[in-house]
Amino acid sequence: MMRFQGYTTAAKEMTVREALNSVLDEEMSADPRVFLMGEEVGEYQGAYKVSKGLLQKFGPERVVDTPITEAGFTGIGVGAAYYGLRPVVEFMTFNFAMQAIDHIINSAAKTNYMSAGNISVPIVFRGPNGAAAGVGAQHSHCYAAWYGSCPGLKVLVPYSSEDARGLLKAAIRDPDPVVFLENELMYGERFPVSAEALDSSFCLPIGKAKIEREGKDVTITAFSKMVGLSLEAAEILAKEGISAEVINLRSIRPLDRSTINASVRKTNRLVTVEEGFPQHGVGAEIGMSIVEDSFGYLDAPIERITGADVPMPYAANLERMALPQIEDIVRAAKRVCYRSVPMAATA
Amino acid sequence: MSAASLASSINAIRSASFPNDRSPLASNAPHPSSSSSAFLGSTARLRFNPVSSPAARLRSSAVAAVAAASNVVKEKQPKSSPSASNLLITKEEGLELYEDMVLGRVFEDMCAQMYYRGKMFGFVHLYNGQEAVSTGFIKFLKQEDSVVSTYRDHVHALSKGVPARQVMSELFGKETGCCRGQGGSMHMFSKEHNLIGGFAFIGEGIPIATGAAFTSKYKREVLKEEGCDHVTVAFFGDGTCNNGQFFECLNMAQLWKLPIIFVVENNLWAIGMSHLRATSDPQIWKKGPAFGMPGVHVDGMDVLKVREVAREAIERARRGEGPTLVECETYRFRGHSLADPDELREPAEKAKYAARDPITALKKYIIESNLASEAELKEIDKKIDEVVEDAVEFADASPQPPRSQLLDNVFADPKGFGIGPDGRYRCEDPKFTEGTAKV
Repeated sequence: MMRFQGYTTAAKEMTVREALNSVLDEEMSADPRVFLMGEEVGEYQGAYKVSKGLLQKFGPERVVDTPITEAGFTGIGVGAAYYGLRPVVEFMTFNFAMQAIDHIINSAAKTNYMSAGNISVPIVFRGPNGAAAGVGAQHSHCYAAWYGSCPGLKVLVPYSSEDARGLLKAAIRDPDPVVFLENELMYGERFPVSAEALDSSFCLPIGKAKIEREGKDVTITAFSKMVGLSLEAAEILAKEGISAEVINLRSIRPLDRSTINASVRKTNRLVTVEEGFPQHGVGAEIGMSIVEDSFGYLDAPIERITGADVPMPYAANLERMALPQIEDIVRAAKRVCYRSVPMAATA
Repeated sequence: MSAASLASSINAIRSASFPNDRSPLASNAPHPSSSSSAFLGSTARLRFNPVSSPAARLRSSAVAAVAAASNVVKEKQPKSSPSASNLLITKEEGLELYEDMVLGRVFEDMCAQMYYRGKMFGFVHLYNGQEAVSTGFIKFLKQEDSVVSTYRDHVHALSKGVPARQVMSELFGKETGCCRGQGGSMHMFSKEHNLIGGFAFIGEGIPIATGAAFTSKYKREVLKEEGCDHVTVAFFGDGTCNNGQFFECLNMAQLWKLPIIFVVENNLWAIGMSHLRATSDPQIWKKGPAFGMPGVHVDGMDVLKVREVAREAIERARRGEGPTLVECETYRFRGHSLADPDELREPAEKAKYAARDPITALKKYIIESNLASEAELKEIDKKIDEVVEDAVEFADASPQPPRSQLLDNVFADPKGFGIGPDGRYRCEDPKFTEGTAKV
């Protein structure tokens, strides 16, 4: 699926997987302190083939296959980061990172603060986040809101290949702990990448969202896979006379409040889209941010589209109902524009 | 505890646990298991380790001879049979050990006083009674070696070299503390002295320590920093030894032969949970050989015994032979923390260990071996009292952190995530983390 929004001269195409692989390759070549650690990253070429070829190129000291010990090897990565190395810790999915979340939060995120700047932690935790296809409740949790609430972490959520390249490079070069939430279903998606993005010093700023599609009637914020759905929804809405502005958040923490607020002040309506659970989600935070800063500009209540408030079911039709679909976004946008629409999806 | 019996008991531990030892007992024995020691598991493994080849033994004895010469220690050389005239430490070393242990003890007693006067608050965990373990190990480390500790970390910080003034200020929550008051009792960090806290969760420090050891090996092998032989010592308690992270790290440390020493301060109690009630097999040293590394048990109330084991374990790690698990049998004279009423421990047990106070024992040894006089030791006592009182005065007089410190240091990023001077979030500044791309 090709996307033609606002990229510079599309010279080449790349999948998200290839983009991530190229970044790991380039960063490990440029800085000998960068190393990759995780389950199956070496000989298996990566559980999702993101680290393909790296073991052959850099050797086992720099691409470290670990035993199945998330808490242990995450702590080892954090300890190595304390001493100046720049580990990239891969979790097979962020669901498994829950076994290591003590180290992500307590040893990595809080340490620069607790040591009053003595000890910084230049580490990247990356891996697929959120739902895949039919993998059930324990493999489909979205952690954007969990990590996004923790001071001391930077949380990034790429969508396209260009995002993946720029944000992962920024993450690896950043002196602080970065949680890099990828998406398994996006790994195979192909996007055009500009020549600029292919340059080895290409970096995107952390904390800046991107306006993927300009519009004037309603603002739709989304991240990761949901950006794709939102763009398709915007196409459908355009045919019905509603011009939607789609914002790709790129960064959950710090959240780019100024871009979102500026957009809502222009359109006066907001729909937030996310895959995770509704309570205390990313949409809740964005909504509150708008109420705090741009309340007078709202012409309609804020709508949030989220995953269903249930652990992810397995059956294909139930899973479809538990995740946001394009129709849900379209209906929400119409609701905030006060067009009459049915409230819920027909089963 | 006479010099002779001390020496022979140490010799028994050494020869049994480390067959690479130059002792005639170990090298002449057909198999280490023929000795009467209880440490069969570890020695059997090492037997088939390539390092226990004669060439390696020669190499290790050469290294030891150099170490012995440079220590200027009239050490009880293992080649000669133990005798009362051979002492384990010189006078300088004896006084250094004594001073370090007294500093730990007096400092912790002062902490208790200050806590009850309201100067210190929150969770405070004191180390009284366990000083031999900290002093025994840390006094063998260089500044570049790392120590990773738990919430009971005041004395580890002092032994590693963090000034008493900075530790006391940190406890008072003042700006002049080693972490500017941001960490507190449980989170002491010092980059200069390579002391990594300071972890409130038990077991949390063990993977971090393993990471520090990983870095040491990485620096030597990948970054090619010649001769980087920094070791890491991880201190933790008996309760931690039932935690999953402990076992995960024993596995990985041995798998990758990391230069780390796992030191268990087994004081038999995890708050109110007796070690015997919590553990299926209470002999922790046995868990080392299950992962392929030596496991040693030592009397943690005797600083000289701890020292001997520490010496060998640290040298092993420096030589690149991998990790060691050392279980130190010790005791904390006070409760788990200053908020703990300590009602579950029997007075008889406390009295038994109080009689084995490590400081009293070392003092007795020093005087009986004529290394120093009582007067000299009293001098040290007086000096330490002054140091600790000075630390309290300094901490008292120091200011509390300024309000602007609240949002500092959340990130290392120089254009950090906090409120800027104009009152707006700094990240709204268009120059914040500007990359090279035009977005």
